[in-house]
Amino acid sequence: MFTQHAALKPAYDVVIIGAGGHGLAAAYYLARDHGVRNIAVLEKGYIGGGNTGRNTTIIRSNYLTPEGVKFYDESVRLWQDLSADFDLNLFYSTRGHFTLAHTDSAMRTMRWRAEVNKHFGVRSEAVDAAFVKQAIPMIDIDCGGHAPILGALYHEPGAIARHDAVAWGYGRGADRRGVEIHQQTEVTGIRVEHGRVVGVDTTRGAIAAPKVLCAVAGFTPRVLDMVGLSTPIYIHPLQAMVSEPVKAWLDPIIVSGSLHVYVSQTARGELVMGASLDPYELHQTRSTLDFVEGLSANMLDLFPFLGEVKVNRQWAGLSDMTPDFAPIMGVTPIEGFYLDAGWGTWGFKATPVCGKTMSHTVATGRNHPLIEGFSIDRFARYQLTGEKGAASVGH
Amino acid sequence: MKILVCPLNGPRPVSEFAYGGEVRIMPDPDTCSDADWTAYVFNRSGSPGHKYEWWCHIASGYWFVVLRDTLRDVVLKTLPADSVRAGLPPPDARSPSEPAP
Repeated sequence: MFTQHAALKPAYDVVIIGAGGHGLAAAYYLARDHGVRNIAVLEKGYIGGGNTGRNTTIIRSNYLTPEGVKFYDESVRLWQDLSADFDLNLFYSTRGHFTLAHTDSAMRTMRWRAEVNKHFGVRSEAVDAAFVKQAIPMIDIDCGGHAPILGALYHEPGAIARHDAVAWGYGRGADRRGVEIHQQTEVTGIRVEHGRVVGVDTTRGAIAAPKVLCAVAGFTPRVLDMVGLSTPIYIHPLQAMVSEPVKAWLDPIIVSGSLHVYVSQTARGELVMGASLDPYELHQTRSTLDFVEGLSANMLDLFPFLGEVKVNRQWAGLSDMTPDFAPIMGVTPIEGFYLDAGWGTWGFKATPVCGKTMSHTVATGRNHPLIEGFSIDRFARYQLTGEKGAASVGH
Repeated sequence: MKILVCPLNGPRPVSEFAYGGEVRIMPDPDTCSDADWTAYVFNRSGSPGHKYEWWCHIASGYWFVVLRDTLRDVVLKTLPADSVRAGLPPPDARSPSEPAP
């Protein structure tokens, strides 16, 4: 599927660190839309082996801030014809997405999000408990009396997709256009002279490059140390788990902020489930029993009949969190060094639009209009893009 | 379950504790520059390493300081809160017997 390259060239026009969905999408659009083809994508592991292959594949645009809604809506639009674009089936499946509200204040946030969404043409509605029960007949609408569901934010375009295929599709498309993808090639240093990037050092030798894009999710702070850049990013693990396959019973995607649950059922019948971040900083993808116990207890509040269903696998990824739950993207104080980071627990759904906007930013040297609210200098201006209200679960 | 040794309550399961983030020393707001203040408010040391952190034993409301290797998730030392005022030793001061991370 991918061309093997025996050696690195001494120089490239652009070096992209990280062959996950975001890095490969940027390479793909740089080659396809901007005519930049002399690109090396460097990956210390394997294609899509980081958070691209570890998320719970939910795609939605029902955010809270105008910046967020416009950005993610463009992403959903791109998602919808990506399979045709790649000639590769991403199993993109529009399911509808319910964000459950168990309290009056949560209902208020749902109405707020629905109104912001509708203002920007995104299909979201605040719905009542009866609507939820009709769409998901298996749900215990009272949650065993612990946390009765009062209503939800219903987001019709909510979807899931096969996450590995996204990296493969972008990777193959970039590869066919002459982009070199080098796996098992770790960046060990970034060369900066007089405030601008001149190249990178890797485990397979040095490369000269006037432009470097960093798209490494949970490893961002370690790469930023190489260029001496401080950011608000901090790293917590995020765990997920999947059940044994069962008969299809859950069509929509369900999120409950109060119960710290998000769940969808794959075409194979497995339930893919996630919860909130691990409670403290850690740079390890270990799994814990606490996580399975806590998430299962909350799942059983929503769906008591799952008591006999077994958990098949669990895993973790490293989330690069920001204080305002919005990403940090675009140009940096170092000329030629571009950042696509701070994607915390919400990066998969943004893969296409990140590729689009970052390729524009790298090609022109100026932030794409859609990412202006996500720039690194927003902290120095104390102008945060408060997206916490739209985080999938309360962190 | 992971066990944390609280200086007041002894070894307890980690689920009884709340993490309060890295111990960070506030610059003097009257004399520091805007850039330094912004860095203090927002920036974090995101890379793994040996870090002093605030932890709280929730049941007893007791705050204390933990020196932890955030790459391996190994607690190296726990100290009472007033050791912050007294001045913490550099976090990377490892004893010779301790393996490098």
